[in-house]
Amino acid sequence: MRQRSLIAITAALAAGALTLTACGSRDDDGGSDSGNGGSGGGTTVVIGVDAPLTGDLSALGLGIKNSVDLAAKTANKENYVEGVKFEIEALDDQGQPSVGQQNATQLVANDDVLGVVGPLNSSVGESMQKVFDTAKLVEVSPANTNPALTQGVDWQTKKVRPYKSYFRTATTDAIQGPFAAQYVYNDSKKRKVFVIDDKKTYGAGLAKTFTEEFKKLGGQVVGTEHINPDTKDFNAVATKVKNSGADVVYYGGEYPQAGPLSKQIKAAGAKIPLVGGDGIYSADFIKLAGASGTGDLATSVGAPVEELPSAKEFVANYKAAGYKEAYEAYGGYSYDSAWAIIEAVKAVVEANDGKLPDDARAKVVDAMQDVSFDGVTGKVSFDEFGDATNKQLTVYAVENGAWKAVKSGTYTG
Amino acid sequence: MNELPQQLVNGLLLGSMYGLIAIGYTMVYGIVQLINFAHGEIFMTGAFGALTVYVYILPDGTSMLIALPLMLLGAMVVSVTVAVGAERFAYRPLRGAPRLAPLITAIGLSLALQQAVWAWYPEAKSARTFPQIDGGPFHIGNVTLQTGDIFLLIAAPVSMAILAYFVMRTRTGRGMQATAQDPDTAKLMGVNTDRIIVIAFALGAVFAAVGAVANGLKYGQIDFKMGFILGLKAFTAAVLGGIGNIYGAMIGGVVLGVAETLATAYIADIPGLDQFGSQSWSDVWAFILLILVLLFRPQGLLGERVADRA
Repeated sequence: MRQRSLIAITAALAAGALTLTACGSRDDDGGSDSGNGGSGGGTTVVIGVDAPLTGDLSALGLGIKNSVDLAAKTANKENYVEGVKFEIEALDDQGQPSVGQQNATQLVANDDVLGVVGPLNSSVGESMQKVFDTAKLVEVSPANTNPALTQGVDWQTKKVRPYKSYFRTATTDAIQGPFAAQYVYNDSKKRKVFVIDDKKTYGAGLAKTFTEEFKKLGGQVVGTEHINPDTKDFNAVATKVKNSGADVVYYGGEYPQAGPLSKQIKAAGAKIPLVGGDGIYSADFIKLAGASGTGDLATSVGAPVEELPSAKEFVANYKAAGYKEAYEAYGGYSYDSAWAIIEAVKAVVEANDGKLPDDARAKVVDAMQDVSFDGVTGKVSFDEFGDATNKQLTVYAVENGAWKAVKSGTYTG
Repeated sequence: MNELPQQLVNGLLLGSMYGLIAIGYTMVYGIVQLINFAHGEIFMTGAFGALTVYVYILPDGTSMLIALPLMLLGAMVVSVTVAVGAERFAYRPLRGAPRLAPLITAIGLSLALQQAVWAWYPEAKSARTFPQIDGGPFHIGNVTLQTGDIFLLIAAPVSMAILAYFVMRTRTGRGMQATAQDPDTAKLMGVNTDRIIVIAFALGAVFAAVGAVANGLKYGQIDFKMGFILGLKAFTAAVLGGIGNIYGAMIGGVVLGVAETLATAYIADIPGLDQFGSQSWSDVWAFILLILVLLFRPQGLLGERVADRA
């Protein structure tokens, strides 16, 4: 009897442990350069960063953090806003909505924080929006692509902006999914798709918009599947894909699952490309998918940072700053998000005789709406929903172990 | 085309993996009634041990034929070191303490090991690729097997047979059975129970190491979090098979693996259940199976064969 109750306790603890891993280490070293001259009479403005800095999405998250850090340092070096010094405070959300919300509360509590860049995941963004909006603290996400975040849950029928303080420099899945569908149908000439997603806000949203457009074009969906993102074994799913007779797989989700999924589908004998969104557009996808991943496709927001003339300076500065991690898919957008906050702060400070007003947070939210500048990824400004006006997208294909841009375009439809 | 044979093989492979890890849970539980939650991480460190041997010790381009035994050895050395270290420094000081204390320690140790690998192993912040055996895939009827699968299909039963021989026939093995039945009496009969406990941890770690190499070969990648979910699944397999019973661990693993795979493959075809059929629901079905088994056989599938407990 004693042993059985032990097992019961253990099972409860196991469930607890699952939750526990969500609150790992916090990365508080963001404001590390506070010592040099911060007390020179000027004001210090903190730009918060929320991204997964640990866990299997940390490659993307660290790229976001570094890019924001670079923006803050550049503004300080150029003395871009007279009398204001920028610092960053980076918090780790581990890709978990609950942790993201705690981080949001923590950032709101710090009076010096006038804007936040992040998060990476749409599901985390969902949990943070209200906290920031109540505090009138501006949030600019470089990577959230779920349409509902800016246009409300009924965005397909009636667009209503839920939170005034939320902006993003990334384009939405409402565009990304259909853009991929058009490429797959018109350019790759595929007709039978197997749609897989991970049931998260981002993945399911992407899969849905893709499916709708693909059907509208005349394509056929031969199967759907929702995978469990906690596992690496997708062999059962791969076997289903093979037997469905599909000639292409669309995956709504992120690279830690997409890589092994692509590999296992090909190993099962279905030599068909896997297509995904910006969540799989990472060097790690290629590493995980292995040699058989050649020919897989991804859409990503914007045009390739490496090829934009406006991004040359960013790429060079990033390299010169000596960050350990690459800027990854969202580096340019993160830099632009941070710079948008800097521009808004500048506008507020200049309108108030070179000093920060008492209600600086609310003023920054208002100023953000009118921000417009030439950023790393092109022209940065926001429409009435807080979405980026820059709606460029690019299709990338895996070739010789690297992502290669095959088609850039603007989706209108 | 009939996909049942392929799905059964998929399940068998997944289940063998669970089984190899479950052995470690069940052996330690059988002897000290401790659920070693850090066992998933012992498995994970083994995988990184094997990777270290391949990437940092062997010269580039070493044939897998030579590398594989050395990688297995490397995985075992790391796993066993971690497991014995955990036993010596984390669990032994708590031997007389209430049951919950070592359990919490195990969870803490599990998190600590994960974070240690994340922080200090080179480039372990995202998944690392694991070397593959060239060749394949092999087709038997309409079943496709990869080279990594073949390794698992051979390694799991062979190591199981060796373990069975060890526990049933050797002096140490009988000592383990005696300790499992009654540690105090075993001690009076001259069995060095401290040594037996260390051996149980080490043996579990050896199996975890074999599983870790098989996992790397099968999926081509390892990461610092890989042990956590697999460890929980393996623990489930051990309970399903009857915790404390080494054969039960293997059977429980295979049953769990096959159940998950078949749930993914076929539940959606049952009319009215299509929204419950995807892989994201397979864990739910697997745990429903676990609950049903425990309702009718609380001791697990093979529980209560005390004589075999080790």
